[in-house]
Amino acid sequence: MDNNFKDLLARKPTFVNVGVTTFCDSLAAAGYEVVQVNWSPPAGGDPEIAALLDDLL
Amino acid sequence: MKRIIVSRNRYFDSVFLMQVAQRMSAQPGIRDASALLATQANKKVLTELGYGDAGRDAQFAAAGSNDLVIALDGEEAAIGAIAVDPDSWLLHSGVAQSEQAHEPRSIREAVAARPDASIALISVPGQHAAREARSAVEQGLNVFVFSSNVALADELSLKNMARDKGLIVMGPDCGTAYIAGAGLGFANAVRRGPIGIVGSSGTGMQEFSSLVHRAGSGISHGIGVGSRDLSDDIGGVSTFTALDALEADAQTRVIAVIAKPPGKDTQAKLVERCARSGKAVVLCLLGADSPQARQESLRAATLIDDAVDLALEAAGLPAVANRDGAEVLRHKAAVAVAGMRPEQRHVRGLFAGGSLCYQTQAIFRDAGLTINSNAPIAGMKMLADPRKSVATTFVDMGAEIFVMGRPHPMIDATLRSRRLRDEAADPTVALVILDFVLGANASRDPVGDMLPAIRDAMQAAQHRGHRLDFVASVCGTDGDGQGLAAEMRALTDAGVRVFASNAQAAAFAREVALLLAARNAER
Repeated sequence: MDNNFKDLLARKPTFVNVGVTTFCDSLAAAGYEVVQVNWSPPAGGDPEIAALLDDLL
Repeated sequence: MKRIIVSRNRYFDSVFLMQVAQRMSAQPGIRDASALLATQANKKVLTELGYGDAGRDAQFAAAGSNDLVIALDGEEAAIGAIAVDPDSWLLHSGVAQSEQAHEPRSIREAVAARPDASIALISVPGQHAAREARSAVEQGLNVFVFSSNVALADELSLKNMARDKGLIVMGPDCGTAYIAGAGLGFANAVRRGPIGIVGSSGTGMQEFSSLVHRAGSGISHGIGVGSRDLSDDIGGVSTFTALDALEADAQTRVIAVIAKPPGKDTQAKLVERCARSGKAVVLCLLGADSPQARQESLRAATLIDDAVDLALEAAGLPAVANRDGAEVLRHKAAVAVAGMRPEQRHVRGLFAGGSLCYQTQAIFRDAGLTINSNAPIAGMKMLADPRKSVATTFVDMGAEIFVMGRPHPMIDATLRSRRLRDEAADPTVALVILDFVLGANASRDPVGDMLPAIRDAMQAAQHRGHRLDFVASVCGTDGDGQGLAAEMRALTDAGVRVFASNAQAAAFAREVALLLAARNAER
């Protein structure tokens, strides 16, 4: 869908949360739709290897 | 006894780990518990606390920032009860394991599950944040990046990529945003109203919006852009997107820009852009010289309190009443200084809010006072060791060195409490200035977390015949879960002088510092 930032200010946002789970909890408690991503460091935590994989895939 | 448990390649966010440690600490027989990612900084702290057998524990020595360390101090049986099954303590509270297994593993999967998603919040460790933000922009999402420690080149390419798609990247290092009524990150319960904010300073936006709320008005949106957006390296990409959006937004009547001083070229562009805005703009550049060009639509301030007044005035509302003038502050300061011993010469500030540390320095600098800081503004001195105060020192406790692998001081008061005990042991200290930030995702009781250290500090000073004074401000509103009135009362009851804003507390501290300097000059 088109999420142009200007138009976004006029409607209720829906969130994807990656990281601190309490950010998800506080938005959900305030009545917003939030999808929590179950995140773990890619490629065993090595960002350089993760970037190489991103280029390959 | 003390024991370390290392779990390799386990990621949990630092806020969750703090809660795990608190639950462990509450067990009978446990004196102290920590659950941390094994970053160098965290390992140093644990080693100083006597864990890891002075470097001889091979597992602990080998642990890195993707490994989890649980450190337990207490009775052998109590430690054993936790150590036998540490994983049972690491289940996410309220979310069943089966449910967690069904959560999407990537932003791409999340968007497939919720095609109406519009904003991604990213708060993974800095070295992984750019990758996730890029994925979010590729999926057509606007992005809020709470993480800091993201490479400048990544920030620029992400922001340009987002702009080309009509999207925005708020951050990295973006603490706060209010989008269409939703508070992201550290956000106070502020009512909606006619004033829109663009901010490169998180606590600056929180302080501004809370004061606007307390004055009876409200915020349409508060768009964070990250601490480096207005540097000449980034050139204000997100700031200009945000200004366009607020100008087009029907609810916004007045726009306030709250920022630390921009790069030279970017400041010129920003002033020019604000001056030709179709809406009234308040430009608050904390600690900067006011822009000379005072155009019809542009109002300039260097303090948050003044920016609030200008924004209210532009919206046709009365300014904030009941602020102490310079005379009243000087009198209050004189009463305080009369009770201080001659050797008490210095002020110490321990700040959870980086922008509040910044603003306090500006207020001292404008009075001709020079101070030391780990985050000095132009004209102030850089601390040689951020962990050791000298003379008058203001510490930004949210600086990277203090938050690598552990929660921000607005959530976790451990390091600030410890630092306060160090300051109180210094007989030259006369006054301590503190800030407390309420709101979503902050500690449930920021004042209560610090009160034991405040009381200990007062007592330590008393034992050597000193009276250690405290001055504080509380950023928040009556709608915040912590309760603004209750938090302020708890401080007042403990003997802390409380002001309605950081600028007021800083102005009082400045008057104390000036009187102390004059007294020393006489001797």
